Order: sequence, then structure tokens, then C-alpha cells
Amino acid sequence: MAETAVLEINGLEKSFGALKATDGVSLTLRPGEIHALIGPNGAGKSTLIHQICGTLRQDKGSIHLSGRDVSALSVAERARLGLGRTFQISSLAGEFSALRNVMLAVQARQGSSFRFFKPVMKDASLVDAAMERLGRVGLADRAHVPAAELSHGEKRQLEIAIALALDVRAFLLDEPMAGMGPEGSKTLTRFLDGLRQEAPILLVEHDMDAVYALADRISVLVYGRIIATGTVDEIRNDPTVRTAYLGDHA
Amino acid sequence: MKREVSINAAMALALLAVPIIALQMGQTFTITLATRIAILALAATGLNLALGLGGLVSFGHAAFFGIGGYAAGILSAHALSGEPMIFGFEGSQAMLTIWLVAAVIAGLVGLGIGAVSLRTSGVYFIMITLAFAQMIFYFAISWPAYGGEDGLSIAVRNKFPGLNTMRPMEFFLVAYGLLMLTLGLFGLIRSSRFGAALQAVRQNDVRVASIGIKPFPIRLTAFVLSAMITALAGALYADLNRFVSPSMFSWHMSGELIVLIILGGTGRLFGPLAGAALYVILEFVLGGITERWQFFLGLILLAVVLFARGGVMGLLAGKARHG
Repeated sequence: MAETAVLEINGLEKSFGALKATDGVSLTLRPGEIHALIGPNGAGKSTLIHQICGTLRQDKGSIHLSGRDVSALSVAERARLGLGRTFQISSLAGEFSALRNVMLAVQARQGSSFRFFKPVMKDASLVDAAMERLGRVGLADRAHVPAAELSHGEKRQLEIAIALALDVRAFLLDEPMAGMGPEGSKTLTRFLDGLRQEAPILLVEHDMDAVYALADRISVLVYGRIIATGTVDEIRNDPTVRTAYLGDHA
Repeated sequence: MKREVSINAAMALALLAVPIIALQMGQTFTITLATRIAILALAATGLNLALGLGGLVSFGHAAFFGIGGYAAGILSAHALSGEPMIFGFEGSQAMLTIWLVAAVIAGLVGLGIGAVSLRTSGVYFIMITLAFAQMIFYFAISWPAYGGEDGLSIAVRNKFPGLNTMRPMEFFLVAYGLLMLTLGLFGLIRSSRFGAALQAVRQNDVRVASIGIKPFPIRLTAFVLSAMITALAGALYADLNRFVSPSMFSWHMSGELIVLIILGGTGRLFGPLAGAALYVILEFVLGGITERWQFFLGLILLAVVLFARGGVMGLLAGKARHG
């Protein structure tokens, strides 16, 4: 624990009326690790993610990114500090080509959206950087296809290319495996395995095969509360987890 | 994409050619129609920046159109009467000065309206922009200094260096030149970084924020630029009619600008021109047949919305593609 956490969440609480959606959640993301967050439907995973990336404000508790308190910052400010979130379904800009989606992320990273005259397609600093990211996720030959027309798996790859373009310090991957075929899941699992070298990953995922294959640590969220955190083996053999969540699957 | 470029060029040439031919045949009225098309296209190009690229359905752009018109009317009235305005400024009959004043005032008003309205979205945004425009409309009606409800005549068209703007053809060239310059600017903005961010904000603002681009300043900038362009068109429109009245501020005007864009093709570079041409020609042709021409305009609009979502440009040049 001596190593400073990239992402540190402390005593987070969020209620919707009488419902405690997040009930004193604390967790850390250390450099180089994949930390999986699992839990049954309705456990409050989405609410937690919304608070981490800033779309929801917590009632109590704090969120630190690389030692800096980001609890009161906006979504865009947190993103600029290096929080890279991928989404379950939506594309960044569906009408734009994959290339232009990644170019937009490069542009965001450079922090310069108020330039009015130079055409982006003639801006080598955008195009080259974007093509390089697309190449890394294996989408280079699909660069000019509108994002909305990409296949499910390709959209996921695009999401990751966008996160790569942002030079993020921490990835927040929201169910990257959802809707992928077994072949696609395998490829993506291999890819994510390498991705942790870039930045640690907080992985929210239902696909337990992927979680067991990838996670260094797993946290189990049930009714807004983390009931256990540990290595794959510890979680697999934890009796509370088995009753609360894993049931027959373990 | 290539096809759209040639269609755009053809439209630009046609708009220039028609008045030249009309001039040879001595048909001044046709030149006036072409000028009206150019000016409405300019106003709609302003709105197209906010609505087409940014998805901001402003139902209050008549406010900026009217501000441009009143800038032309008030400045020239003072210049003619010799009665000083505030700060001892004596008004002006120079179009360039008027345009500058119109754009600056509309920009400031747009900043104010935008700063409030852009905190909402969807139908609330539509209603708030409408409410602001209506406020200005009623203010213009109840302000007696510049004609109130009766409006304000412009005795002599304002001046442009080197041209006699009282000649229809030369005034047309001013409007045409400004339209083409603005379309060039629109094209540049659309393909720039700002344009990329603006169009992405329209498609998915939550996602754009998640990569670190704040949607609000992007939208506000687009709204202000949009207001400034529409105000320029308003100033020209006042000069065309040599008359300004509160009707320039009315919600019909705001609606008309939206109709032009939908007819022409939302977000397309030459959509406003295609829409304005179709609108003015329909007004002329159908208006000659029946007083109730707007009923038929309504039917056509319905057909466009139901069967040809891309408007005229969608029909001619196919679906819009982005790089």
C-alpha cells in the first residue's frame, strides 16, 4: 500500500431519497493494476461510476486522482486530469468517422478547441496521432467508416483508441465485454491485459471469465456497499461473496 | 462530396447569373428577388451555425435579425437628421460602420441570451429563445423614439464605398458578396477544430465532456457568432426594403429562418441558400396564384420533413458525410 494510488475513493455516499445507492464506498486503483468492480444488477455500480467521472455529485466522501482532490470538479475537468472513461453503448460522435472521433480526443488532449480556420483534416498533429491510436487497437483499416456504422466490437476498440488518445492516467472501463461474441471477448481480454501498462484500469464487468483472467484485485459491490476486496482467489473463496453474489457460478 | 461541391458552385453561379440576365432585360423586380434570396440566405446561414452545426434550435433569431435592421435604421436616421445619438455619436450612413455596430450589439445581446438559454436544452431552449425575442419585439413596439409600431423609414439606402447602392444591381452585389464571404467563413469554421467540437457536442454532449471539452463555451461561442451573422443580414434587409419595423423581431421571422434551413438541408453549407431560393420562388409563384400560398408552403414543408429529411441539398447531393 506504500505505492500511491492513481485513483483513491474514500467513504463515498450517495442517496436517492430513502435509497442508499452508494453506502460508504472506499477503493483504490494502484499503478499497473486492473481492479475489477463486480456486483449484481442494481448494486450501484453505475451510480458509483457516475460519481467517479463527475456526472453525479456525491453526498459525502472524496475522490482523489493522482493525489489531487477532484471531488468538486466537472466531468470535463476530471477528463483533462486524465480520467479516461469508456461507455457501454454510445459513440463519441456517431456521424463522424472513427478517425475524426479519435482526432477529437487528440484535440481535447491538446486543449485547443477554439481554433476557427485551419481544417482539421489538414492538421498532421491531429491526423497522425489519431491514426497511431487506431493502429494500436487494430482499427486502422476502418478509420474512415462512420462510428455509428462500426460493429459492436469495433465500437469498443474505438472507445479504447479514444481513451489512449487522451493519455489517461486511469481507465474507467464500463462493461467493455458487453454484447461481444466469445471471439471478440478473447481478443479484447488480450488487449486489456496489455493496456494496464499504459494506465491502471478500473474494470466494471459482468463477464466473469474476463474478470478472472484480467483482475489483479476484485471488489464486490452489493447494495451500494463493498462487501469484499481481494485477489481472484480470495474473492472466489470468500463465503459472504458466494452467498451474496457468485452463487452457483463460483 | 465532389457532387456537393459542384452543386454549390452551380447555385452560387446561378444566383449571380439571374440578376445579370435580368439587368439586360430590364427586369428590376427579378434583381430584387435575387437580393432577397441572398439576404435571407445570409440570415439563415447565421442560424445554420447554431442550429445546423450545433443543434441549437433557436426560435429567437429574429431578435438578431431585427437588431441588425434597427442598427441600419437608427444610425442612418441620425446621420440624416444630424441629431446626435448617445456619446455625441452622429450616426452613420456607411454600411461598413453599420454592419460593425449591428454585429457587435447582436453579439453582446446573443452573449446575454445565450448565457441564460444554453443552460437549458430541447424544448426549454426553444421556448426561452422565443421569450427573449418576444421581449425585444414588444420593446420595439412600445419605444416611440424610433417609430414604435409604425417602424422607421430609411430615406436613402446606406452607402458602400465605390458603389451606388440605390441601383438594384449594385446593392445585389453587396448582398451577394457578403453572402459568399460568410459561406466561406462558415465552411472554414465547420472544418476547423471548433467546428469539430461543435458538431460533436450536437451529437453527444455528455461524451464530449467526458473527453475534456466543455460543451457550454463551445455552444455559447457558436450562438454569438450565429447572432452576429444574422444581424448583418438584418441590416441589409432594412436597406433592401428601406424600412424597418418591429415585424423583423416577430416570431414569424424566427420561424421563417428555421423553415429556410429545413427546406434547404440542416447543417449543409449551401442549405440556407437552397432553402431561401426555394422559399422566395415559392412565395413569388404561389403568391401569384393564390393569397393563401403559405398553406402550400406548409404542405411542402410537411413533405420535406416526412420524406426528404435532408431538404433540397439532401435530394440533390445525397447524405452529408463528415471526413
